[in-house]
Amino acid sequence: MAGFFSRLKQGLTRSTQKLNAALTHRYLDETALEELEDELIAADLGPAVAGRVIDGFRSSRFGRNVTTEEIQEALAAEIAHVLSPVAVPFELKPEHKPHVVLVVGVNGVGKTTTIGKMAKWFRDQGRSVMMVAGDTFRAAAVEQLQVWGERTGAPVIAGKPGGDAAGLAFEGIKRAREAGTDLLFVDTAGRLHNKGALMEELAKIIRVMRKFDETAPHSVLLVLDATTGQNAMEQVRVFRELVNVTGLIVTKLDGSARGGIVVALADAFKLPVHLVGVGEQVEDLRPFSAQDYARGLVGQSGGDLANRLVEGSDPEAGQEERGSAPG
Amino acid sequence: MFDTLSGKLSGVFEGLSKRGRLSEADVAEAMREVRLAMLDADVALPVVRDFVNKVKENSVGSEVLESISPGQAVAKIVNDALIEALGGAGNVPLNLAAAAPVPVLMVGLQGSGKTTTSGKIALRLLTRERKRVLLASLDVQRPAAQLQLQQLAERVGVGSLPIVAGQQPVEIARRALETGRREGYDVVILDTAGRLSIDEALMQEVREVRDATNPAETLLVVDAMTGQDAVNTAQRFNEAVGITGVVMTRMDGDARGGAALSMRAITGAPIKLVGLGEKLEALDDFYPERVAGRILGLGDIAGLVEKASETLDHEESERVAKKMMSGKFDLDDYASQLRQIGKMGSISGILGMLPGMGKLKDKLGDQELDTTIFKRHQAIISSMTKNERKTPSIIKASRKKRIAAGSGTTVQEVNKLLKQFDDMSTVMKRISKMGLGGMKQMLSGLMSGGGPGGRPGGGFGGMNRR
Ligand SMILES: Nc1nc2c(ncn2[C@@H]2O[C@H](COP(=O)(O)OP(=O)(O)OP(=O)(O)O)[C@@H](O)[C@H]2O)c(=O)[nH]1
Ligand SMILES: [Mg+2]
Repeated sequence: MAGFFSRLKQGLTRSTQKLNAALTHRYLDETALEELEDELIAADLGPAVAGRVIDGFRSSRFGRNVTTEEIQEALAAEIAHVLSPVAVPFELKPEHKPHVVLVVGVNGVGKTTTIGKMAKWFRDQGRSVMMVAGDTFRAAAVEQLQVWGERTGAPVIAGKPGGDAAGLAFEGIKRAREAGTDLLFVDTAGRLHNKGALMEELAKIIRVMRKFDETAPHSVLLVLDATTGQNAMEQVRVFRELVNVTGLIVTKLDGSARGGIVVALADAFKLPVHLVGVGEQVEDLRPFSAQDYARGLVGQSGGDLANRLVEGSDPEAGQEERGSAPG
Repeated sequence: MFDTLSGKLSGVFEGLSKRGRLSEADVAEAMREVRLAMLDADVALPVVRDFVNKVKENSVGSEVLESISPGQAVAKIVNDALIEALGGAGNVPLNLAAAAPVPVLMVGLQGSGKTTTSGKIALRLLTRERKRVLLASLDVQRPAAQLQLQQLAERVGVGSLPIVAGQQPVEIARRALETGRREGYDVVILDTAGRLSIDEALMQEVREVRDATNPAETLLVVDAMTGQDAVNTAQRFNEAVGITGVVMTRMDGDARGGAALSMRAITGAPIKLVGLGEKLEALDDFYPERVAGRILGLGDIAGLVEKASETLDHEESERVAKKMMSGKFDLDDYASQLRQIGKMGSISGILGMLPGMGKLKDKLGDQELDTTIFKRHQAIISSMTKNERKTPSIIKASRKKRIAAGSGTTVQEVNKLLKQFDDMSTVMKRISKMGLGGMKQMLSGLMSGGGPGGRPGGGFGGMNRR
């Protein structure tokens, strides 16, 4: 499947090919920088952050002749610089039994699927896992999680449709504690962050869980869909404010969306990004790597852009201009 | 806290005050802000470029009428162009003019809301048009997806195609139409698995479904929060199956919904419906003139005026609106609002339609879902004395106890109400400080170009006439 990683590879192969024939140059003037900035905007970085990334780029390379891979590498480095501080692995804290992970997010972003994938990940490491079917609202949400339970060999604690999610979460911790389980995932119904009553319900789940274990939940993971645009900023802001999100997971990076909003999020909130989802199957989960993500982001399109910029320009003209350019 | 953008935009519009023809400089300045507004609203970059260029051409040199300011003139040109780009004023209904059973094909990315939307459309066809609807899930990818649609069909009270384990999408689609024919259904809604536009195999599969069923409508379901990738989705799905209409879901969120414009620009297909909540009733017709302001961060003025005039006690709402604007909003006004909320939706719903108040909605919270709170709030307020309602700050411990006892609530609940009211009035005061005058002025510019039926201009003044 053509996606994030193959795209990444494509970007890299293309740049290595170019490396061998790195003869064409482009003179980096304001027009070229504007084009690069637009490209970043088209990857969902948002106008403000795209502008800032380009500013960093401008200060080091403006008024020089550059090759495709120089553009690509430098841009990726600039972005990786923003992402590095938030590339924090998800770590199980063995002192908690269970380590309780509350999974939240707006509708359809991939919460349930991500829980399935994470369960598999930790099961493969020999950890015991349980899940709570806390989405008591959406039709067949319980059955969906139960399928993931079967796939991963993790018991699922479920209640009646329309039942109380908080009570179920309480029951979940209790059962997991009794069984000496390492990890407990609590799935929740998707909710828009601007619905006060639904957000309050999440806060209640946390309050009730704390009656059993006052340190719970040990992680609150907000799942974000890579196709989301600028509204992800509001999602993170509100979820973080109301339920103390501890980390992010970005899904659907196997698609054509480049997930540039993560750069804007890293810039604004500095919340850890633990994992990325790259498909619908149980194994389609990867640790978040700032370098890989940055390269994937500028990979295909950035590569194309760099190529276009370089090939579309007349190197001679660049030379001439160079003479008259400042610096 | 506030949507600074709308402030900035209106600032730019207001700044254009010279009479006569619009100069290139005037327009360029305004267009820079329009461009940013649109990018912040997630309109796809190529679509923004086209739009801005077109508007520039149309506005430079155009005469500014005596009656309005140049700022209003540009605002109107932008707004009109946006409505036009969204398909022109008015709603385009579903087209079900085909031999029964009429197939409707639902397509889109994973998690965009296809299944819920299928249920909503079924309910709408059942209740509004008395159609017999069959729901069929072709989603053999996601665990329990078929079960989800079946449960929705039960809730709606329409038929659903029995699930046959192991059957593939094209076969299921054929069986759905056969069943539809045999059992006399009017409409068969085919819900498909979410798929990535770059997934060749799955795109081929949905093409085969289309060829096997020849749907009257092929609806692309798109999340209102979608970013720049909207272009890819629109393009590839349109190329693969030929989109006849778009449904924007999660418009009850606070995303500005620029994807709507990208969808329309790329596919040329009208946006027909919008999803406004998780309940099955939460589906509405799409009106370009109502979304235009939202994309620009200027609010859904036409929608507010219409909704208000449909449902509110006009004089009362006008009075409250005025007080809101003047920053003098007391508990009596709040109680009066509560009484109207049942008819109008929610405070946040109303605010969401006001310019620049998308963020404010979070602050107040969406209490739509819990109307019992409103009943309790009404009870609490009616247990207060006149003075307490006018000057809530005098309500201290002993008064709280009395009020709680009188309304059958707790001191805690009284506190909560007071706190919430306090938050609200802070916000209201901020709004009035923000200089509503300027905003109103600009709105009247937008309004006079507004929707069909020539609603009266004058911003909120329009509320009580129609
Ligand atoms: N391509 C792709 N699809 C994904 C990924 N993660 C989840 N999905 C799909 O996205 C859709 C929604 O996923 P769910 O896990 O049901 O999302 P959710 O957040 O639990 O949804 P609700 O509970 O309905 O709010 C499903 O079709 C998943 O298969 C991913 O990384 N890549
Ligand atoms: Mg789920």
